[in-house]
Amino acid sequence: MGSGPQSSVGSTAWDGPAIYVEDVHKSFGDVRALRGVDLAVERGTVLGVLGPNGAGKTTAVKILTTLLRPDRGRALVEGRDVARSPAAVREIIGLAGQSTAIQEELTGRENLDIMGRLYHLDRASRRRRAGELLERFDLVGAADRPTKGYSGGMQRRLDLALSLVSHPQVVFLDEPTTGLDPRSRLAVWDVIREMVASGTTLLLTTQYLEEADALANEIVVVDRGTVIASGTSQELKNRIGGDVLQFSVVQRDRRAEALEAVSGLSSAEPLYDEETARISLRVGADGSKALVETVRRLDALGIHPEDLGIRRPSLDDVFLSLTGHGAEQDGDAPKRRGRGRRARIRRER
Amino acid sequence: MTTTKSLSSLVALDMPSQPKAHRLRLAAADTAALNRREFLIWMRNPAFIFFTVIQPVMFVLLFRYVFGGSILVTVPGGYVDYLMPGIIAQSAAFASFATAISLARQLQKGVIDRFRAMPMARSAVLLGRLTADTVRLVVTLLVILGVGYAVGFRFHNGAVPALVMMVLGVALGVTICTVSAYVGLAVKDEEAVSSFGLVWLFPLTFVSSAFVPVQSMPGWLQAFAKNQPVTLVIDEMRSLALGGPLALHAWQSAAWLIGIVAVFVPLAVRAYRRAS
Repeated sequence: MGSGPQSSVGSTAWDGPAIYVEDVHKSFGDVRALRGVDLAVERGTVLGVLGPNGAGKTTAVKILTTLLRPDRGRALVEGRDVARSPAAVREIIGLAGQSTAIQEELTGRENLDIMGRLYHLDRASRRRRAGELLERFDLVGAADRPTKGYSGGMQRRLDLALSLVSHPQVVFLDEPTTGLDPRSRLAVWDVIREMVASGTTLLLTTQYLEEADALANEIVVVDRGTVIASGTSQELKNRIGGDVLQFSVVQRDRRAEALEAVSGLSSAEPLYDEETARISLRVGADGSKALVETVRRLDALGIHPEDLGIRRPSLDDVFLSLTGHGAEQDGDAPKRRGRGRRARIRRER
Repeated sequence: MTTTKSLSSLVALDMPSQPKAHRLRLAAADTAALNRREFLIWMRNPAFIFFTVIQPVMFVLLFRYVFGGSILVTVPGGYVDYLMPGIIAQSAAFASFATAISLARQLQKGVIDRFRAMPMARSAVLLGRLTADTVRLVVTLLVILGVGYAVGFRFHNGAVPALVMMVLGVALGVTICTVSAYVGLAVKDEEAVSSFGLVWLFPLTFVSSAFVPVQSMPGWLQAFAKNQPVTLVIDEMRSLALGGPLALHAWQSAAWLIGIVAVFVPLAVRAYRRAS
């Protein structure tokens, strides 16, 4: 860290949670972005903040990173009040967002070097830190090329590296994989797992239950500016009812029979969706067993299912079971945005 | 979140603020780091440097050889001597385009949000930008002056006034950069800034004494042209370069430049703080 800024501020005599948010409200004109949010994140753990567009995720991150002041309530990062001691908060946090801080004319190494200068590292520390981060984020080969030519995934990885230059104690990632292709997403996940393994406290926002599931110790679900559920990923999935078995039947006249056949498979009622002509059934944690049994029963009846499969619960399922409305029916967000988001989630499967 | 209620007795740490001298030193380091960033960007964009210099050079040649012949002036060395102080001022003003566009782009891309979440001096982004722009201005104006000399321009009033004229040209450019910085941060949209955010620069530089004597304009336009800051600064620059009544516009020029900086720097700082 060299002559890093942390040394000049004194040690953190703080034994509370690394991130602590109490009854935070924030409005923009008539739009109430946050309506009383509470959070607590233990040191060295990952909190996944899950919610659709317009739920207030980015507003919460902006408040915790001192970019916005809360209208009411308080937010502490390692005991430092974001409204009263913003400078002290900035010294211990890292932020990477949906948009990147990369300067595309500069090379990966130069971007890291400028960031090191802004954190007042000496030349040797800057060089060492850039080398470490390039290595860790698998960017050594591209280190001295202008970042203009990087792929989306490489740019996102470099951006995460930029947020870590100062060895931050608490890192905020605002939708770190939105817009990435599946392979790049997995690479970013790997990088995030490594960050966590080295003891960083992490708050990440996402629209994908799958992502929160893969990375977070604890998940909070936000909707319209409030936390509507929280717990481990397993607890949430149990509340939702676990995996969903899905198939469609081409023979129209046999759908009723098919529904009947699978109705005893789990405690949940099978559902028929007119729009997609699909039968779906929540089957709890034992998806594969239910799958085998479904095939057996339908085969015995001579019904041929199409697109038969198990899918993990999506954000839509979480919302449907927690709020009774789908994630895309967010009151504040325009309808078309919601549709686009749902389409994206579909592609992920 | 069952623990939340029992935690509400938590008391935030009391964070001491750092001594002022230390903060100033860090602010200087931040400004230098951002300066470096700007220079690296320019070095990777030869096209940008080329166009910021080539456009004013074309103006010199156009006015010297195309329009110059039909513009009557009464200064010692003819039109080219009249023209050069005006072109230097006009180029300095137009160089501020880059300031506004770059700040708007960085805001839009989220770069400035990232900076604001770092322990950086609040003033560093603006200061870094303005100091880098000053260097760029000096380079541009020296190239224009060189071309001016090649096409017949000469100083007639000695070296020190000539130097002061160049400094005044840079001061005008930096002053207009502060206005552009405010526009860029307030409009926040690169495209909007480049298409209409800076139209005010055209009347300000062309409805002035930069290219033609104000007396050749219709009376209603003269009223504006005679009294607006760019004309006052150009007239002062011309007196410095060619010899003339120095005191006439000196205090007015200085007052305008200082006044504009005093208004627009706080506005730009406020826009920077609020931008998110």
